[in-house]
Amino acid sequence: MPKLIIDGKEVEVAAGTNLIEAARQAGVEVPHYCYHPGLSIAGQCRLCMVDIEKNPRPQIGCNTQAADGMVVHTQTERVLETRKSIMEFHLVNHPLDCPVCDQAGECWLQIYYMRHGLYDPRMTDEKVHKPKAVPLGPHVMLDAERCILCSRCVRFCDEVTGTGELGIFNRGDHSEIGLFPGKTLENKYSGNVTDICPVGALTDRDFRFQVRVWYLDTARSICNGCARGCNIEVHTNRRRVHHNHGRRIARIKPRHNPDVNQWWICDEGRYGFRWIDDDTRLLAPTRRPEGRDVALGWDEAIAALAQALKRYRPEEIGILASPQMSNEDLFALQRVVAQLGVAGVDHRVPPRVPGDEDDLLIRADKHPNRRGAELIGLGQGDARAILDGARQRRIKLLWIFQHDLLDSGFPPADVTAALAGAEMVVFQGPSANATSAGAHLVLPSAAYVEREGTFTNFQGRVQRFRTVAEPLGEAMADWSILGRLGRALGGTDPAFSAGRAEQVFAGLAGQVPAFSGMSYRGLRDAGQVVKA
Amino acid sequence: MAEKIFTRNFDRPGSQSLAVYRETGGYTALPKALQMEPAAITEEVKKSNLRGLGGAAFPTGMKWSFIPKGSTAPKYLVINADEGEPGTFKDRYLLERDPHALIEGMIIASRAIDSHLGFVYIRGEYVKPWQIFSEAVKEAYDAGLLGRNIEGSGFDFDIVVHRGAGAYICGEETGLLSSLEGKKGWPKIKPPFPAVKGAFGHPTIVNNVETIAAVPHIINRGAEWFAGLGTKTQGGTRLYSVSGHVVKPGVVEAPVSVTLRSLIYDHCGGIRAGHRLKAVVPGGSSAPILTADEIDVTMDADGLKAAGSMIGSAGVIVMDETVSIPEALMVVARFYAHESCGQCTPCRESTGWIYKMTHRIVEGKGRKEDLDTILDVSKRGAGTTICAFYDGAVGPYVSYIEKFRAEFEALIPHEA
Repeated sequence: MPKLIIDGKEVEVAAGTNLIEAARQAGVEVPHYCYHPGLSIAGQCRLCMVDIEKNPRPQIGCNTQAADGMVVHTQTERVLETRKSIMEFHLVNHPLDCPVCDQAGECWLQIYYMRHGLYDPRMTDEKVHKPKAVPLGPHVMLDAERCILCSRCVRFCDEVTGTGELGIFNRGDHSEIGLFPGKTLENKYSGNVTDICPVGALTDRDFRFQVRVWYLDTARSICNGCARGCNIEVHTNRRRVHHNHGRRIARIKPRHNPDVNQWWICDEGRYGFRWIDDDTRLLAPTRRPEGRDVALGWDEAIAALAQALKRYRPEEIGILASPQMSNEDLFALQRVVAQLGVAGVDHRVPPRVPGDEDDLLIRADKHPNRRGAELIGLGQGDARAILDGARQRRIKLLWIFQHDLLDSGFPPADVTAALAGAEMVVFQGPSANATSAGAHLVLPSAAYVEREGTFTNFQGRVQRFRTVAEPLGEAMADWSILGRLGRALGGTDPAFSAGRAEQVFAGLAGQVPAFSGMSYRGLRDAGQVVKA
Repeated sequence: MAEKIFTRNFDRPGSQSLAVYRETGGYTALPKALQMEPAAITEEVKKSNLRGLGGAAFPTGMKWSFIPKGSTAPKYLVINADEGEPGTFKDRYLLERDPHALIEGMIIASRAIDSHLGFVYIRGEYVKPWQIFSEAVKEAYDAGLLGRNIEGSGFDFDIVVHRGAGAYICGEETGLLSSLEGKKGWPKIKPPFPAVKGAFGHPTIVNNVETIAAVPHIINRGAEWFAGLGTKTQGGTRLYSVSGHVVKPGVVEAPVSVTLRSLIYDHCGGIRAGHRLKAVVPGGSSAPILTADEIDVTMDADGLKAAGSMIGSAGVIVMDETVSIPEALMVVARFYAHESCGQCTPCRESTGWIYKMTHRIVEGKGRKEDLDTILDVSKRGAGTTICAFYDGAVGPYVSYIEKFRAEFEALIPHEA
């Protein structure tokens, strides 16, 4: 482990660490554009120059490995002057169109100009003109004039997805990013190039012109799109409600987690948030006597469900839990199930078509918390047998969480017969679907971004997601609904009286061995793996 | 006149053929070298003070010794025949008139570095040199001088001839390797250096045509003889490509200790009648310009370095008083703006910017701050890039303006 001194601070780093990362560990920021820890070293932006003692001139930090005894200076006059020069070169042909550029506010040209540039522009000749507003694919728009040719996007497509759609064409100051003939940037991870583009050259077609980034709020979350559980940031637009077509969720960005998703997320996850602000969301508890919707207050709705659950014997009740629910929700449900003594509980509803999968991030199981449902023990029943029971009128109360059984791997005729066979169908979930349309009692759940919780990914990693926005309408977190129900059923489990998700999780950690010793505080940002 | 080595056969009819090459002692160094220990060949080349004749003047034997010892990876010898430095045309003569000297030198060098595959990267525009050299390679194969078990020695060596597509940057050694690998001709970041990780990721030595063509002579006649032809720090004669306003332009062979004055006046007949010398670019377009008063320099690497210029590819461009230095700089600047590969920001952005300023000055639309801006931009960008291309561009930017500033200022309108 080489030990070196950076700006007077001694730091010991792993062998092979470059000077940008070594400096980061010493709390020193070395500005850079082309370097990205997830990509190969290009060494072409020339911004990350540092002075190394005994070296005649500044060296690029990205391609210099830390060596024992090295003495590095990042603030010498020579380095500061070099940075200023490199910033001027980067901006020689840049259109300086920040007022109409979507990257403004999170642009590394702006940030580094203010920190390291601040020169008076000397370029007065006509700039080089290049193509603007070129769609590269369904999600990404190119403005070649803003591009600083750092080649991160090219390396991403070459090295991470292996799809190689992008190249740098032409030479000198006419160089530009572009698609190889016949190619379109439509790989399953294409949106990532807009994240790693340090400037406004590659922008997100979905987000373009919707909200200025300084109006956005950010919360840490976990993608609910598949069993990977990619770490994400959810950006919301709450301060300019008239922007973004009135939608609260403006965009999703990946959040680095070396053990889960590194720096990336797939496009399906990135753009899969529309439902959260769609008008298919369920806003209030509803009863449907004779096909008419009658809104209820929560007290009434909980009482109605409690009454129904008490009306039937445990073997007359079938529950289809959802691996979309958080660990807290599933634990609260498990407590209710235990209280009722119901055995017919399962979370396994086969998809209509098998999910796609690859060897980068995407998992075939499109649910974020399958492992949680398994570990908490909600799979002792069998979903098919439960539906068969309803069809044969042995099961009288069917309680369905989130699933659209009519859009599943079960034959629609069987599902229709099961829904018709049950005396009472209860649907609980954030959005309406064909299954909820036939339910007798509908309970609106908060979407995962509207409450706190944890998911357990396919690796067994328990990860926290935070509240991004308030629940729509009267929707509530499932654990909260289930707690009220548990109390209405006369239950005394502490999970039923929890005021916060964290308290439910504490109950889970105390009851389910896989989670023992875990707490929200202990999970931190990277999450923790359950005990085997 | 000094001894002729490279040019000894240039005027013989059929000098490109194996038969004529053999008649004049060709392929007699090869059997000797095949008997020598590889390290002994490298040692001999080191002692000869042979320095790279492509531009950087790096000691050849030392370069060969950078191949990692004991490496079992395949090693490659790559010949840089992408002669693209403006004002340089000597490798073309060697390819056309003495191709077997290069082939023999390649076999000897490959034995020294334990390579069994050599590439010759020939500039795309060199159609005739490519045809002639390819024919020579075929002849050498037919005669058992290439391929398996050369001359019964048990040593194998193959040559692949590859044509470039016209980019100047592909003459930069690692740009050449990228291009050879089938990629865009972008220079590679160093480290790793080619001797450790070069073509296709394997240890590689890149040498200029002329450098390798000197090797058979060194093996045949000894390192001391070769070293004795030159200066203390550089052995041999070399080829100077002399162009411009001299009476007899062309390729001239002379010891590296020759002075620029002697080259112009003794070897090339002096300046054309009725005109006088104004300036000389001594080592290809990237070398800083010398004024008429600065030609008493020796034309070896160290002599020109001391004079503030560089020997580069030894392309000597002679200008008389009819040349407008600002126009010459504009032409040079256009070349560098056109040929910058675009990889590193300082080079990509400032070559174009500087060309625009020189163009404006020549058009009479210069501003008084332009000259200082060019000098400042040049100095700020110098030494900040992956390869030496930009430093090569800075050579003319700075020297033309610093040495002929009044001429530039005369073109810039005074403020009203």
